[in-house]
Amino acid sequence: MTDRRLTIHEAGKLLKDKQISSVELTRATLERIEQVEPKVHACVTVAGERAMQQAEKADGLLAAGNGHPLTGIPVFIKDNMCTRGILTTCSSRMLENFIPPYDAFVVERLNNCGAVTVGKTNLDEFAMGSSTENSALFTTANPWDLSRVPGGSSGGSAAAVAAGEAVYALGSDTGGSIRQPAGFCGVTGLKPTYGRVSRYGLVAFASSLDQIGPLTQDATDCALVMNTIAGHDPRDSTSAPYPTPDYTQCINGDLKGLKIGIPKEYFVEGMQKEVAAAIRAAIGQLEQLGAGVDWEVSLPSTPYALAVYYIIAPSEASANLARYDGVKYGFSYADTDNMWEALEKTRQHGFGAEVKRRIMLGTYALSAGYYDAYYLKAQKVRTLIRQEFDRAFEKYDALLTPTSPTVPFKIGEKTDDPLQMYLSDVCTLPINIAGVPAISIPAGFADGLPVGMQIIGKPFGEETILKVAHAYQQSTDWHKRKPEI
Amino acid sequence: MKLSRDEVLHIARLARLGLTESEVDKMQEQLSHILENFEILQRVDTTDVPPTAQSIPLQNVLRDDEVAESFPPADILNNAPRREGDYFRVRPVLE
Repeated sequence: MTDRRLTIHEAGKLLKDKQISSVELTRATLERIEQVEPKVHACVTVAGERAMQQAEKADGLLAAGNGHPLTGIPVFIKDNMCTRGILTTCSSRMLENFIPPYDAFVVERLNNCGAVTVGKTNLDEFAMGSSTENSALFTTANPWDLSRVPGGSSGGSAAAVAAGEAVYALGSDTGGSIRQPAGFCGVTGLKPTYGRVSRYGLVAFASSLDQIGPLTQDATDCALVMNTIAGHDPRDSTSAPYPTPDYTQCINGDLKGLKIGIPKEYFVEGMQKEVAAAIRAAIGQLEQLGAGVDWEVSLPSTPYALAVYYIIAPSEASANLARYDGVKYGFSYADTDNMWEALEKTRQHGFGAEVKRRIMLGTYALSAGYYDAYYLKAQKVRTLIRQEFDRAFEKYDALLTPTSPTVPFKIGEKTDDPLQMYLSDVCTLPINIAGVPAISIPAGFADGLPVGMQIIGKPFGEETILKVAHAYQQSTDWHKRKPEI
Repeated sequence: MKLSRDEVLHIARLARLGLTESEVDKMQEQLSHILENFEILQRVDTTDVPPTAQSIPLQNVLRDDEVAESFPPADILNNAPRREGDYFRVRPVLE
């Protein structure tokens, strides 16, 4: 019962066998949060009372035999997904007091199966960042080393799962925001194919790149969460109208005959030697398991991905964030009667430095005279990047890379140099540009800190990457190592 | 690619984003540096390459216009920074 490291499938079995109740599990989780939160700072809101009510309801469902694999199990939601009646801040001053009148699609799905939402997790403001240092509220610490960042932007979700503050969490990923923190915190994080999970109720950052996904302790748990959150939703016009498989059914089986490609451009200059070594060892392990590995794959447009991303994402952000005008909700500058001044001051005081930087970049890239040179050019190079992935997937079932070029960096190390910060996502950005799915799983340690391995799949090929991740986790125990905290 | 101070102020105005003097200086320096790094894209030959707006082949997703319940006014107005009765209070647009 006090085992704070239960996976979803373990907790589910205990609940089903009546060895624990959801009320007990939720109470233990809330105690754990109280105990470690002063060190980790992963949560923006802990909804304790509401969680206990949900737990009681879940116990009712379980007793009546109406349980679902997620029933009664505590989950954290990144604070950029709308939760009806619970504060949703995006870790921004702009939304510090915003209480959504509706639930995001994924929250609805979790509620419908009796999940217990224990709270909302910290992020880089509006999900723009790689460390949670851009949160206007506070910075989350990495549970493996409290002086280091947990990654971002879903750093609160990753740290909460690593520290045992919840069994799993939801994050969102626009350029690596699930996978990079999952790698940094030693947990498993899946970014599904663009369109696989509805974005309804996810506060928009870059609409053609944003995707919601799970942060869990293993691939089996990812499959369980995907079974609940994947699927078509007419309220998101880019939601894919394709049937969803049972992800738990496809993760078993060996890797014999599976072809894995290693794109050489991802072993970038400046990559930490120990990280590259850990990934090479992990790839060797997959070969042992029967996968065929080709080390000489080339995706030649990879070096352009950073520029493509930092044109497209800020452009979309500048349009999406135009809605924050201080009229209908959110922060509003009070000290003037002039409409234009109120608007400009609201945005000046409501947004933090990185958000302002991206609004400026995006506005510039979309402005008259520069649109063709920046935005349109980036969209064309985006086509080339996608085509290279399509061609690679004609030959390979999955591609494999490090999740990040380095282990988690120190808090404060990169805050003065936006470009250095952007480079920490260099291995994850191209995946969002192409819209394909990818998972990060723990693949060893460097300097005592977790190293993440990224497995990239074909569009709507989550089954294959979950299968590779699962096979690897059956034969290694990196994902079972937890920080002492 | 060095942005001028006037260009920074022009973009800020387009975005309706207030900036302090020191923010303008910092934006000028940082945006110039970032834009320089974007010049790498000019090396890519994109002749006859169509742009990609998003990555799944969906176009013109339509739905029937169905009557459905709206949010209760109280839920919406609860988040209003300034309200008067059941209205959002705004500043004068025409004076």
